Amino acid sequence: MQQALAGIRICDFTGQLAGAGATKWLAAFGAEVIRIEDPVREGRWDILRGGEPFKPGQRGLEYGGGFNNHNTDKLGITLNLRTDKAKQILTELIKISDAVTENFAAGVLDKWGFGYEQLKAIKPDIVYVSNCGFGHVGPYHQYKTWGPIVQAVSGLTFSSSLPDQEPAGWGYSYMDHTGGYYMAMAIMLALLHRQRSGEGQWVDLACTEAAVTLNGPALLDWSVNQNPMRGETAPHSNRSQYAPMAPHGIYPCAGEDEWIAISCRDQQDWQHLAAIIAADWTATFDAQQHRLARQDKLDTYMSRWTLEHNKFELQERLQALPIPAAAVQKPAERIEQDPTTGNFGLWPTIQHSAMGEVQVDGMPVHFSETDWQMHHGAPCLGEHNEHVLTTLLGLSAQEVQALAEEGVL
Amino acid sequence: MSALQGIRVVELANERIAFAGKLMADMGAEVILIEPPGGDNSRNYPPFLDNQPGANRSLYFWHYNTSKRSVVLDLNLEQDQDTFKQLISTADVLLESEPTQRLAGLGLDYADLKPLQPGLIHVAMTPYGRDEPKSDLPFTDLTLMAAGGPPWSCGYDDHSLPPVRGWGNQGYHTGCHYVFLSVLTALLHRGMQGNGDKGQFIDVSMTAALNVTTEAASYGWLVNNSTVQRQTGRHAAPKPTGETQMQCADGRYVNTGVPPRFPHEFAKLLGWLRELQLEEQLPEAVFLEMGAQWQGPFDLSLLGSDDTITAIFSAGREALKLIARSVSARDFFIGCQNAGLAVGAINSPEEAFEDPHFIARGFQVPVHHDDFDATYTYPGAPYKLPASPWQISRRAPHLGEHTDEVLAELA
Repeated sequence: MQQALAGIRICDFTGQLAGAGATKWLAAFGAEVIRIEDPVREGRWDILRGGEPFKPGQRGLEYGGGFNNHNTDKLGITLNLRTDKAKQILTELIKISDAVTENFAAGVLDKWGFGYEQLKAIKPDIVYVSNCGFGHVGPYHQYKTWGPIVQAVSGLTFSSSLPDQEPAGWGYSYMDHTGGYYMAMAIMLALLHRQRSGEGQWVDLACTEAAVTLNGPALLDWSVNQNPMRGETAPHSNRSQYAPMAPHGIYPCAGEDEWIAISCRDQQDWQHLAAIIAADWTATFDAQQHRLARQDKLDTYMSRWTLEHNKFELQERLQALPIPAAAVQKPAERIEQDPTTGNFGLWPTIQHSAMGEVQVDGMPVHFSETDWQMHHGAPCLGEHNEHVLTTLLGLSAQEVQALAEEGVL
Repeated sequence: MSALQGIRVVELANERIAFAGKLMADMGAEVILIEPPGGDNSRNYPPFLDNQPGANRSLYFWHYNTSKRSVVLDLNLEQDQDTFKQLISTADVLLESEPTQRLAGLGLDYADLKPLQPGLIHVAMTPYGRDEPKSDLPFTDLTLMAAGGPPWSCGYDDHSLPPVRGWGNQGYHTGCHYVFLSVLTALLHRGMQGNGDKGQFIDVSMTAALNVTTEAASYGWLVNNSTVQRQTGRHAAPKPTGETQMQCADGRYVNTGVPPRFPHEFAKLLGWLRELQLEEQLPEAVFLEMGAQWQGPFDLSLLGSDDTITAIFSAGREALKLIARSVSARDFFIGCQNAGLAVGAINSPEEAFEDPHFIARGFQVPVHHDDFDATYTYPGAPYKLPASPWQISRRAPHLGEHTDEVLAELA
């Protein structure tokens, strides 16, 4: 099948998830992503390289499960940018690249002599996308972040909680995933602009800023009405925030740590639900204003009822009504038992040079003409030095060997 | 020139996909929102201007429909179907989140539209994908999230409390992020030489999008069948990890991130402790001093077995806790960051909005509402493209505000 982004070449310094996740998308659609790592630190700037999870019996630099997941189908080369020869090689690579991408702390690439002005001098229409926590401009540009810090500062941690509790936040780096999505959007927006105008540009992406946009209606409620979200009690984020709905929550089911999410959108949903609950207490909640006004009480009754049921059996019964209901699925349930993910082709098996066969996160989309493909795992350190330097930059295998011995690669 | 200037998008109104249309419209695409005669439901969602419900007062609708025009069409009527087809013949992109069989039933699915516009990029976003019957079940953001995975990983150390679904339509947002990524990919492909007529149909699954937006919850299972367990304010993990959330002197919380692990970080922390005159309250301060004077990097693999290294790292955590109890969340954030530690104050959304950093970056954007004769402040750009900037080009449209205008353009 034809590849949508074939012919686009990315000179890629990204790592972790917030950066690597962006270029993973591009590689899956056929862009040639050349990942550059530091041989002196063995690429350990990316803490996922060599980090858990590992396949049973494997451990070490080439076996990081997260690193593999985020770097499928990329080429990997090493360049020791402390040396002039490596800088020359990088310069030649930039000349034939469409975009340079990185998610270092602000100013790192500049210090190596490859800030935007230098990139532009090497290739006038280059697209340069930097992704760092607070961006390259503004009072906090020197401050550092990880996903959880981005979520904290932006309002996303605060707005994920139960009342009378401290913030629950996100049990994973939602903003490393999502920061990567915005970075991929920025790269493609800039490439589209270049396709139509011939002009390159530097996109200064601040992951925290992208995160703040994700609470839009709450921000307008503040700026327009001066209604703050911080109040006497913490937000109850399992409740419906916008359309008035009750019951609307996550309720316990039979078994240990088993839960089901139920949303009752309107009177019809409630009548269906009350009919299968078949208990006297439902009568006192028959009007929607009573359900909304006494949600705590309603949730107590609901929990007593759901606790008597298996979550998947209850899901089946409620979906048959139909009202919105879904079991809170554990990883094994989503991946192994729920046929919809496998049927969608969501967990492709790729071949990694050291790890062997591994399943990874696929893409949640399908294109009728130019669909994504995943074949190879993340590159081992310097795995494609010879391939990239000989086929793209015209060096001989002997020259590549000599550069490796000199400590350039 | 905006990055998407000249790209015409037809969006069939649906609260699930509205955000994808906004992402495109604010980058300069000409987005035409097609609404049924009664208008989209989300026009009636709170919050409301001055807390008063009423026509065009939904701030929810304002936010998700910036820079769009509204056209009313009843797609059940033949005449309006013809108008829709005319519109499609001038469009680059169709965004929809309709029931899986609806457009085919109306003779308006991709197979019907492609002959009218071979370059059309038709994106259908559904709960499970276009070929899955479960996509036609009713869902809300909450139930999509539960099915797709995030709540399993979010909540508290105390598992008698329910898992938590993060606030604010993040399930919808995640699907819409993939819609936008897909459109950009298909547009780039179509823009390459000789591809002008190469449109396509794109099937986006919202639950699949959530399944691959859960970090190690998914790939931990795929790699070694480990199951993460939720923890308060930090990553869910197969085995319990140390707390990272602390309450400060002003009652607000901070996330302490990765504790100090380099000599210069211990040195700065000790300096700050002295500045606050707290050193005497920390019996472990002597280990901070040792950490500050340590030669070379710490061998982290010895944590837990080497007494000195373990004591130094434990002192780092204790020092952070002590400082947190003594200063406000904001001072803790600024002080730690100035010491080189990646720490965050847990801001509410409005506190983030008013933060001097984002204000300095121009995040607060004025949008004029001619209908209320007032200018309101909106959240700004998620990214800065200086050559092709993000911009809110107009307030959200009134119902059918542009029907005549758009039909006249077609004539």
